[in-house]
Amino acid sequence: MTNLKIIVCIKQVPGTTKVDIDPETGVLKRSGVSAKMNPYDLFGLETALRLKAEYGAHITVISMGPPQAETVIREAYMMEADDGMLMTDRKFAGADVLATSYTLAAGIRKIGDFDLIICGKQTTDGDTAQVGPAMAEHLGIPHVTWVSNIESVDETGVIAEQNMEDSLEAVRLKFPCLISVEKDIFTPRLPSYRNKLLTADRPVRVLTFNDLDDSNENNYGLTGSPTQVERIFQPEPFTDRELWDLPEEVSSHKLIELLESMKFI
Amino acid sequence: MANIIVDHGKCDLCKVCIDVCPFGAIDITEGRIDINAACKMCKLCIKNCPSRAMTAAEKRKSADKEKWRGVLVFAEYFEGTLHPVTIELLGIGRKLADDSHMKLCAVIAGSGTAETAKDLACYGTDEVYAYDDPELAHFKVDTYANVLEDLISEIRPSVVLIGSTSIGRSLAPRLATRFRTGLTADCTTLKIKPNTDLVQIRPAFGGNIMAQIITTHTRPQFATVRYKVMDQAVRGEETGRVFDRSVSGEMLKSDIDVIRVTHKESVTSITDAEVIVAGGQGLKEKEDLEMIRELAFLLGGEYAVTRPLVEKGWADYTRQIGLSGRTVKPKLIITCGVSGAIQFAACMNCSDRIIAINSDPNASIFKIAHTGIVGDLYKILPSLIGELKGDRK
Ligand SMILES: Cc1cc2nc3c(=O)[nH]c(=O)nc-3n(C[C@H](O)[C@H](O)[C@H](O)COP(=O)(O)OP(=O)(O)OC[C@H]3O[C@@H](n4cnc5c(N)ncnc54)[C@H](O)[C@@H]3O)c2cc1C
Ligand SMILES: Nc1ncnc2c1ncn2[C@@H]1O[C@H](COP(=O)(O)O)[C@@H](O)[C@H]1O
Repeated sequence: MTNLKIIVCIKQVPGTTKVDIDPETGVLKRSGVSAKMNPYDLFGLETALRLKAEYGAHITVISMGPPQAETVIREAYMMEADDGMLMTDRKFAGADVLATSYTLAAGIRKIGDFDLIICGKQTTDGDTAQVGPAMAEHLGIPHVTWVSNIESVDETGVIAEQNMEDSLEAVRLKFPCLISVEKDIFTPRLPSYRNKLLTADRPVRVLTFNDLDDSNENNYGLTGSPTQVERIFQPEPFTDRELWDLPEEVSSHKLIELLESMKFI
Repeated sequence: MANIIVDHGKCDLCKVCIDVCPFGAIDITEGRIDINAACKMCKLCIKNCPSRAMTAAEKRKSADKEKWRGVLVFAEYFEGTLHPVTIELLGIGRKLADDSHMKLCAVIAGSGTAETAKDLACYGTDEVYAYDDPELAHFKVDTYANVLEDLISEIRPSVVLIGSTSIGRSLAPRLATRFRTGLTADCTTLKIKPNTDLVQIRPAFGGNIMAQIITTHTRPQFATVRYKVMDQAVRGEETGRVFDRSVSGEMLKSDIDVIRVTHKESVTSITDAEVIVAGGQGLKEKEDLEMIRELAFLLGGEYAVTRPLVEKGWADYTRQIGLSGRTVKPKLIITCGVSGAIQFAACMNCSDRIIAINSDPNASIFKIAHTGIVGDLYKILPSLIGELKGDRK
């Protein structure tokens, strides 16, 4: 089989989703500033690596983010990705789904020919699962989400199994196309120390706004983002509650009465 | 062009912004505060800057909101049945339409949709648009996007609501992108402003906080809505006018072939249960889960568990409530020995009635329970089950 050209989209996310809001100031308290590769993207990368092992492939990872997101590309090298591109520019900042997918699509056009783009199911910070399908639309290629198995690949396309709520659907997509893969499709390998040494000198291609064909700033970053976060807050607690701190027999009896009055029994 | 603009004259490098930024998007470069690409424009830095040195750059200019009117609901349909989220979308859709003096429309695509289209007309809709073609029998994201594009370009709705299902979350981003507009995923609360701006609230950071999102400048405004959160529309008289739309060959062009569909074994689903009894780590032995099962059975409901019980192999994954399990919204849920961790609570706190039994008066489940019972489940459940069995005899 010919060499597949695969692009894997990976993102750097905060190391934890534990956040607290200071009740007095309403300010988010960030616990720990560490960053890591979006865990769901590990499954995307592993899928690409398995396809490489079976069919032969060249794997390019791409990420949009701050300069320090280079770390996740290096990590992908340690897992045996071949090439990496980091899209970073202040003009990309503040991007929502539309602008993120637009920017990534523009970067992918710069990479050139490809057969398959693989995304993770979702990110742990943005948490939308939308960037993949949106990117496919920008690129005018078909996509399929929730892929839980790749059945086969040939020169012209891929047969993937899609995990829907009540069914598993096998669909055939022509290349070029995009898939986003479920968690657990394959068990991701660990980055190897040996590869770390081997790839230490491997460059990461950096793309900035000036490298892109479309130089209309209105399509990128905040200005290219139709949605806007108005505020963030902690879920409100209920106010209208009852607490019974009574001997168990009494509570149990009261509960029966309550259930009866509510017509559950 | 920075999106957060820092007035370096006013800035005294106190670093408060760096501390408050939840995205790690602010650092100091060459002795100046610098906003990097991780910025999400939450504007916490602006709000908290003691020297008021930060402002937000203005966005691009607005669509003419008057030209985009109405709420459009995507009716998810397959082989003669509507996905129940559709009825919930019609419920919230009607409310949004009334609050902003707009009409409520529904669109259905599939094969043999005539009867269901008439049915949709009975759920408080004003207009129902039906695309009926054998080629639409199966959801394919490209053909469905084409069909919806056809309608949206013509009726120009202000708001488009799509269920946050496997299908909805694949379709919505394609459509929103096609119209170069905003899409908010997995909303749990929706309101509308008099100027027709949709106020969309969704959990973020794994449900730890809520984010309120608006699409100020573009139309239509797309939202996917979480299943089992909104109240269902009530079936009534046939209020909606049904329009049959023609399906062109162009719309049906597809790069996707559905080659096989395997239905998953139908396990009794906790997502559809009206009554749920949930057990947590307050249970000491696997056998004790029997009390939970029995109570659920006696109340005509299903039993569910927290994640640790699934991890211990006591119950099947399909019975797990929570972020990494299922979201439920039953009429009644009784939790027994469940602490109420956010990952659990976030996915059941919309239940109509929450009753919690826990021996620890400070358990966080009591923050969301309508009725909290402080006590030992090993005393309460047996007597409850006993009384219920007595009742039935
Ligand atoms: C990313 C992530 C995703 C997660 N997803 C999920 C998820 O989907 N679902 C989920 O459930 N969890 C999930 N969790 C785990 C979650 O954080 C909690 O650990 C879990 O919900 C706790 O389960 P529990 O309430 O059964 O156990 P515990 O927290 O151990 O609580 C047991 C409770 O039982 C009470 N108790 C003890 N003995 C008795 C008695 N005799 N009578 C009455 N009460 C008694 C105790 O007071 C205590 O409150 C997730 C965690 C993470 C990090
Ligand atoms: N900034 C980014 N850089 C690269 N890939 C991304 C980025 N944001 C999202 N993705 C990809 O899109 C998928 C879905 O992300 P999301 O829509 O944010 O949940 C992720 O799993 C990634 O594969």
